[in-house]
Amino acid sequence: MSNKNEWPLWEVFIRSKAGLDHKHVGSLHAADAEMAIENARDVYTRRMEGVSIWVVESKNIIASDPKQSDSLYEPAADKVYRHPTFYNLPDEVKYM
Amino acid sequence: MSKWCFISTRKSLIEKRNITGAKCHYLCQQISATMSIQTQIDQFEQKIGSDITIEPKDWMPDDYRKTLIRQISQHAHSEIVGMLPEGNWITRAPSLRRKAVLLAKVQDEAGHGLYLYSAAETLGVSRDQLYDQLHSGVAKYSSIFNYPTLTWADIGAIGWLVDGAAIMNQVPLCRTSYGPYARAMVRVCKEESFHQRQGYEIMLTLSKGSDIQRKMAQDALNRWWWPSLMMFGPPDAESPNTEKSVRWKIKRFTNDELRQKFVDVTVEQAKILGLTVPDKDLQWNEETGHYEFGTPNWAEFKNVVAGNGPCNKQRLETRKQAWEKGQWVRDAAMAHAEKRKNRKKAA
Ligand SMILES: [Fe+2]
Ligand SMILES: [Fe+2]
Repeated sequence: MSNKNEWPLWEVFIRSKAGLDHKHVGSLHAADAEMAIENARDVYTRRMEGVSIWVVESKNIIASDPKQSDSLYEPAADKVYRHPTFYNLPDEVKYM
Repeated sequence: MSKWCFISTRKSLIEKRNITGAKCHYLCQQISATMSIQTQIDQFEQKIGSDITIEPKDWMPDDYRKTLIRQISQHAHSEIVGMLPEGNWITRAPSLRRKAVLLAKVQDEAGHGLYLYSAAETLGVSRDQLYDQLHSGVAKYSSIFNYPTLTWADIGAIGWLVDGAAIMNQVPLCRTSYGPYARAMVRVCKEESFHQRQGYEIMLTLSKGSDIQRKMAQDALNRWWWPSLMMFGPPDAESPNTEKSVRWKIKRFTNDELRQKFVDVTVEQAKILGLTVPDKDLQWNEETGHYEFGTPNWAEFKNVVAGNGPCNKQRLETRKQAWEKGQWVRDAAMAHAEKRKNRKKAA
């Protein structure tokens, strides 16, 4: 239902401080990438919420289909041996 | 949902990844597609029941989607139109400090509108459609913004009462069942609390000031009190959408519950200001632990919602003009972006 007069839609990701991942915060409209960054600054970082901004045009995001979640994720469900708690070690063993 | 391949009729760990979904046999896809809509409804209700958030790409009933689009867009429109009564006082704020604060608050409201519009867009409606619904009068916004801001004290009363009522409404929405709406509300709520405090601070200053200032504060409270109570919407008995919205966990409390909460906390705040709440029926009830209060003028409420409030025409006209006069800016920005893209291609 997009409208061709509309500025494109961008997804905004913000790194809240050095050392952390960029995190999706929402979206906005902008004519181009540069404007998207400027708008993201105004809309999503009015209180020092970020030290770095990523913008991606929404149409370029490829997302998995929730209808296929079962087949996508279930193969991992029965592999408890991938977790450290699966292994029984004597209490005397330290630092492991 | 079944993870079987309907052709090989066996459930293989290794094959599962390959045999289901898009890569499965054509027939399997057909069978999956016809799996009854009832299963989807059941799964949806189950998720709601166990507080699992609904996300944009998840299946949802049409009615849930429609209700959300209506509520989120109404909310967004209210944030945007809500800038107008306060914007009226930015140039006349009594000090530089007050001006900077009011500017920041009004800018926040613009931000709130934008967070909410983009949440609504995840449901498949476009931004232009939403604007169009506002400008054509099809969509509603909170009727409180159809009242005029006559004195500086109104800016205090709006922050204290209108933002106060908005916070009451919005805090439970941080746990609403639709993910993008809930996340937008978390952001909004973080920002709202300064809005209410700055308003209360204005009221506090005026109520400690000269006689004229005190009168001004009281007059603002008199005019904004009842419209603020109306912000929670019609009484539960006359709110046909409430039951469904509560069941779907879009709304977490009913209109009357929130109104009561608001009265209980706000009356105490009025006492500290030394101002009188303009309700002769207002009375503390020892047994219930709540205030009893009078009935808002619902006829007035309906009339304002219907478009006949003191400022409805002015507000809508201002919005429409801003949109129309901004058209050349939007066009120019697109043309500029296009030109830059082509130039980059050429280089
Ligand atoms: Fe707001
Ligand atoms: Fe606010």
